[in-house]
Amino acid sequence: MSEMFDAARWKPAPFLPEADARDGALIFVVAVLSFLACLMALAFVSADRAAHGWAQQLVGEATVIVRPKGGESPDAAAARAAETLAGVPGVSEARALEREKAYDLIRPWLGDVTDLEDLPVPRLVTVELDRRNTPSAATLDQALKAQGLDGVVDDHSLWLKDITRAAWAARWLGGGVFLLIAGAAAAVIAFATRAGLTARRDVVEVLHLAGAEHALIAKLFQARFARIAAVGGTAGALTAAAVGATLRMAGGGEGLTPALPIAWSDLLVLLPCPVAAALVAALAARFTADSMIRDLQ
Amino acid sequence: MRYGRGPEVLKDLTFELERGSFHFVTGPSGAGKSSLLKLIYLAAKPTKGLVHLFGQDISRLAVKDQPFLRRRIGVVFQEFRLLEHLSAFDNAALPLRIAGGRPESYRDDVAELLAWVGLRHRMHAMPATLAGGEKQRLAIARAVVNRPDILLADEPTGNVDHEMAMRIFRLFVELNRLGTTILIATHDQDLVARSGRPVLHLEGGRMVRHGVQDEAQP
Ligand SMILES: Nc1ncnc2c1ncn2[C@@H]1O[C@H](COP(=O)(O)OP(=O)(O)O)[C@@H](O)[C@H]1O
Ligand SMILES: [Mg+2]
Repeated sequence: MSEMFDAARWKPAPFLPEADARDGALIFVVAVLSFLACLMALAFVSADRAAHGWAQQLVGEATVIVRPKGGESPDAAAARAAETLAGVPGVSEARALEREKAYDLIRPWLGDVTDLEDLPVPRLVTVELDRRNTPSAATLDQALKAQGLDGVVDDHSLWLKDITRAAWAARWLGGGVFLLIAGAAAAVIAFATRAGLTARRDVVEVLHLAGAEHALIAKLFQARFARIAAVGGTAGALTAAAVGATLRMAGGGEGLTPALPIAWSDLLVLLPCPVAAALVAALAARFTADSMIRDLQ
Repeated sequence: MRYGRGPEVLKDLTFELERGSFHFVTGPSGAGKSSLLKLIYLAAKPTKGLVHLFGQDISRLAVKDQPFLRRRIGVVFQEFRLLEHLSAFDNAALPLRIAGGRPESYRDDVAELLAWVGLRHRMHAMPATLAGGEKQRLAIARAVVNRPDILLADEPTGNVDHEMAMRIFRLFVELNRLGTTILIATHDQDLVARSGRPVLHLEGGRMVRHGVQDEAQP
């Protein structure tokens, strides 16, 4: 084969090496870190949803235990209570639990007694509340008292406090860990970019001494490392998406577990990952190139 | 000038090169020849004193103006500094591309120049596959391809045989005739003596002689 110059065959080659053995390592590092950050983002989003879900369920309802008073039958008292409660503003529905269900609830404690009719068994009234305008337990209590009913209102506020605290903790913990991992990923991408660029110091120097403007050199490296990081970030995000999708499918319609419900739409939070990785790498490349060029002056 | 916190490697130098002149810089290894060239091609700054080039004090040149000045300076580095991922042709064409030249406009000139330095058959070769002398000639081709106003060459005949050395020298003479100022650092006494060109002789960072070397001297 002749090495004779062939104008038809020749096309100016890019200033920077097209591909490099070192790029593989950098792509791998970026991919792994992006994957971890993406998993954390998914965990955070689903933990947030789970916490929200728990609280919402509790806020939306209350339970009232109605004890029959005087000669009133338990069923009549429950019916009257349900009617009363339904009239309170902010109550969307109030329903007395059927007698059979009430028995079912106490059977485990009392055994299969036949003459339940004789016992003044309390009845339960479940109340569904308007979430935007939730009446307080005291309001419900007053409404019952006004009608001469003896009831104990449980608006789940005791639980709610714990649940809210747990949700708050889950949210901050998830968010904090996500930020930590994302920050570490960014730092490692920046360092890897710096190392990659330092390995090509010779190219920077030659371009510089041949009269290349700094902006040109910085732009070359910026574009170069942004591309590498985008590839790595995409690989990491896709892997995390695959894991998320697997969890979603394994969990069926309701998600894997109530504790970590992943929705298909959650996978959207992974979209910015390649862009973020590219941005970090581009910035790191720019800073490194700038400082290298400053050293040469 | 000095490297980092090291000692001054060049001291009390005062000289002037006429536009269009042709000088050698000689001296034993470590005398400061390469350092002197670095001062001129803006790779180092003097700790004290002035370096004037093309009528400007380049040690005080604004950063944004430096690239344009560099494009008027051709440098043959002692260690060549070829870009390993570029073919011989692309290496030689580098300064023209950096200056914004269009491939169609420089293609033939670059091919002609490479043929002239004896690399007609190696234009597509990668630097790693070139012999020392071929690399040297490629480095020279790259340095002169954009017809610089001044050419600085650091040991440009260090890796070639006598015949090629004379050929390279004739190339420099040719460029000089076209108006390029030439400054060559070398310890090739034979070349210096035959050339009959003026010499800046350095020893220990000081200039000890300045003038045309007598052919009779060793
Ligand atoms: N990059 C460098 N860092 C530190 N010292 C250097 C460097 N380059 C050269 N020197 C020192 O500067 C002095 C002059 O070196 P140099 O200019 O390369 O001389 P020459 O080219 O004449 O052999 C020597 O003492 C050498 O050790
Ligand atoms: Mg030297």
